[in-house]
This record gives sequence, structure tokens and C-alpha cells, in this order.
Amino acid sequence: MTAQPPFSVTRPRGMARWWGPGLRNIGRALVTIGGLLLLWQAVVWATGVAPYILPAPRVVAIAWLGRPDYLLTNAAVTAAEMLLGLLFGGVLGAASAVLIAAVAPARRWLMPVLIVSQAVPVFALAPVLVLWFGYGMASKVVMATLIIYFPVAAAFLDGLRRTEPGWLDLAHVMTRDRWAIVRAVRIPAALPALASGLRVAAAVAPIGAVIGEWVGSGAGLGFVMLHANGRAQTDLMFAALATLSALALITYFAMDWGLRRALPWQPESPPDDRHL
Amino acid sequence: MAWGTPEPVVLPPTGAHSIHIRGAHVSFDAGAGRTGPLFDNLEAEFSAGVFTCILGSSGVGKSSLLRLIAGLPPRRGTASGVVTDGDGRPLTGRIVYMDQRDLLLPWMTVLDNVLLGARLRGEPRQRGRALGLLQAVGLSGWEDARPEVLSGGMRQRAALARTLMEDRPFVLMDEPFQAVDAITRLLLQDLSARLLAGRTVVLVTHDPIEALRIGHHVQVLAGSPARLDAPVAPPGVPPRDPADPALVGLYRVLIARLQQAAK
Repeated sequence: MTAQPPFSVTRPRGMARWWGPGLRNIGRALVTIGGLLLLWQAVVWATGVAPYILPAPRVVAIAWLGRPDYLLTNAAVTAAEMLLGLLFGGVLGAASAVLIAAVAPARRWLMPVLIVSQAVPVFALAPVLVLWFGYGMASKVVMATLIIYFPVAAAFLDGLRRTEPGWLDLAHVMTRDRWAIVRAVRIPAALPALASGLRVAAAVAPIGAVIGEWVGSGAGLGFVMLHANGRAQTDLMFAALATLSALALITYFAMDWGLRRALPWQPESPPDDRHL
Repeated sequence: MAWGTPEPVVLPPTGAHSIHIRGAHVSFDAGAGRTGPLFDNLEAEFSAGVFTCILGSSGVGKSSLLRLIAGLPPRRGTASGVVTDGDGRPLTGRIVYMDQRDLLLPWMTVLDNVLLGARLRGEPRQRGRALGLLQAVGLSGWEDARPEVLSGGMRQRAALARTLMEDRPFVLMDEPFQAVDAITRLLLQDLSARLLAGRTVVLVTHDPIEALRIGHHVQVLAGSPARLDAPVAPPGVPPRDPADPALVGLYRVLIARLQQAAK
């Protein structure tokens, strides 16, 4: 039996609080992914399924390595569409939330628009967007913007409405300048809520871009998938899918990392299964 | 604990005024049809340059009285009435309000929290005076820390520094030292009594000893609808020693009034 100190606790900080030391976790994730790939390979071997139905991971890897330029160039197009969509959707969503929260006429006029905008299935708009904005990147950026707008606006608005009343009382005794209070108290207090909205936005951004590309495009990972599917190049389709997944993961974790860095004061409680 | 000398950082009060409340009606609305009057045609006056402590049991309307003076709408319910200084002018812009919670903004450093009022009004940052006040409340060296790393007592001291930074003739304090330990409470009471001398202060508390230590006047708020009784004026200059026999007698008087009100 090893001697243990009677009481020794270092509370981990940041992400480590949830996930333990980073490297070990990346290792665990790789083991899991590797295990799933082996299982996939085993299924293909065992069933002898045709490669145009389900290509083995080895075949997908060969397809990827055969045309890395093609895949990465198209991934760059999709990434640009996602990032522009995040930029426009994020800015428009945040601006709408501030207007609705702080300006009474905006609340009356913009709030119904915000709600109705969600009643329209945005994906159904994709053909119209291609008709209006063409086959290039613009229609995909608009699609991603539309998808990103609502989670950002809704989450930020929620945060802006839930400012601690005591902080507002304190500020209202200090000044009568309503906009100063919005700027110095309401908006900073709602930034963690905005961050939640932006995390959701980062997760849905690839969906917006790819749906736009499926409807009509000449570039992007969605285009590659559609094109490869049409020619029964299932291995290339899976290679594009893997690239898209990697892109989505990088976007999400980059957003998460950036938001944690930007809001270090944000309270974060440890998970309940971590005891002393 | 190293507590700095506060004298140089506190500006002399700029002309003390009294507070007059006329015809105040406040009713609470606790939901589910539970409504009722807290104040019905309440008339009150707090003398200029006097530290008034208001005693009362929980829920009698102490915080509502302060919110009425501060011009803040009630959390639930309705309020009306006229609050002016001795010259019939509104108090707007001349008040500072300190809550029983520190209400420090978690995204700002301690120093920026102390300078919050100036920032909201677009005034220049008086960094030197803010640092002096932080020293006065014993928070030297903590100016760049965020509030989350401070203990409860330290946070409330930072809130007191923010209150003093506002440098207002009217000071409203809602059980400001409720959440701190006994020793810190004594120190904060002493600091407040010294640094707020000459201003018109209304402090509500449910602790008769606190009221007798630091109040020039002590009044009991009681009844439904609530009324203020005639002020008791303890002898001597605050902060007083609560073991003073003269105060023990007054303590019994106040306890008797509170017990009477509770019946």
C-alpha cells in the first residue's frame, strides 16, 4: 500500500477542471477514435461490403492522401463561408439583442421578426438564396449567417434581460445615463450568455455552409461530397466528410478556447462527480 | 490587520442637507393576491449631517424605505411620495447607496469597481484618491485583483471604498455590515462613522448594538403600515464603545420597542 498524504487537493483550473490534464485527454480521444476506426475496418472485412457502399477507413485514407490539394482547397472555401457566416451572424445577432433589450421601439418591432424568422425553416430558403445570391460563396455565407443569427441573438438577449437587479440599482443611483449603464453593466454581464450563443453558432456554422453548397455550388466540401457521390466515388465522399468533421471540431474548440480566454472572470463550477 | 490612515483621502462634506419624506405610500405585492401597504402616508425627516440608524425586524420595510429615498422603484409593488432635501429639491444625483451585498462587478478589478461611478458618468478617473480609499479600508495591493479572489469581508470593504469614492452628501446603507465577521464589522463601523462624519447618512440594520455604536440618532421602524418612532440620541461621539453603561440603558429601551413592535 502506498503512503498517501492525508489531505492534498489542488483544484484544477479552466478546462482541466472538466477534462483533466489536456494531453492525457487528447490521448484518450485518439484511442477512442482509433478503436472506432478498427471496428469499422473489421465490419468491412467481416461483411465484405462493396467499397462503393461502405469504403474501409484504409480506403478512405488512401483517397484522402491521393487528392489532399483538392480536399484542402475546397475545405478552405467551406471554412471561409463558415467564418464569414460567424462574423456576420454574430455581429447582427448581438446587435439585434442589444437593440431589443435597450430600445423600446426596437423591442416592439424587432422581437416579432426575430420569432417569425425561426418559424421559417431556414434550410428551405437555400434554393431561393442560391437564386438570389448566385452559385458562389455569397449564398452560402448568407445561409450560414441566417442559421447563426438566431442562437446568438436569443442567447445574448436572454443574458441582457437577466442582469443582476442589484447591479442595476447601484448603477441607477450613480447615473441617469441609460446607455452608460447598458455599456458598462448590462452588456458585460451578458457576455457569458453571448458566449453560449457563439458556441452553438460555431457548432451549426458547418451545417449552414454545407447545406448551401449542396443546393448549388462549384466549390466547397459540400460540393465535393455531392460531386463524388454522383460518380460513385464513395471513398472520396467519406474523405470530404472526415475533412468537414475535422473543420467543425477545430472551429468549435477554437471558439471555446477563445471565449474562455476572453471571459476569465466567468464563474465555472466543477462537475459534481469530482470530490475532494 | 494593517489599516491605513484615511484622513487625507476624505473630502470635507459639501454642505449637509436634511432628507424629507412626505406622503409616502408603498405597497408590496408578493404575488398570489398577497398584497398590502408597507407605508401609508409616511412622513419622515432625517437631520442634516446626522448619522441616523433605523432599526426594525425583517420585512417591516427598512429596505423599501431606503429604495424610496434613493428613487429606486420597489422590487414588487408600487410606491409614491415626495422625497426632497431641506430646500425642497430632489435628491437625484447627490445620493450614494450601499447594499448588504457587495455588488462588485466580477469582470472589473477592485480598482475599477471603486471607480465605477466616475466611469458611468464619463468623469475622469481619480485613481490616486481611489487607491487612498482602498488603503483606508485595508485593501492596499488588491487593486488589480478581481473580486472573486477576495473574501466576503474584503469584498464588503471594497464596496465601502466604492461608496466613499462617490463622495455624496446623502449616504444610504442597507445592512452594509451584515455579511462580515465580527472583527471586520467593528472596523467597518469605525471607518464609516469617521469617514462619513458630516454627511446625512441613513443606515438600516436589525442590530441594536450596531445602531448604538455608530448612530447619532436611532429610530425604530415598526407596525403595518410601518411608522418611525421618535429618534433616540445616544450620548457621546460615534464610534462608541458598546460596553458604555449609558448605552446599555438605551439598548434595553430599543429592545423593548422592538419587542413591543413584534407583538
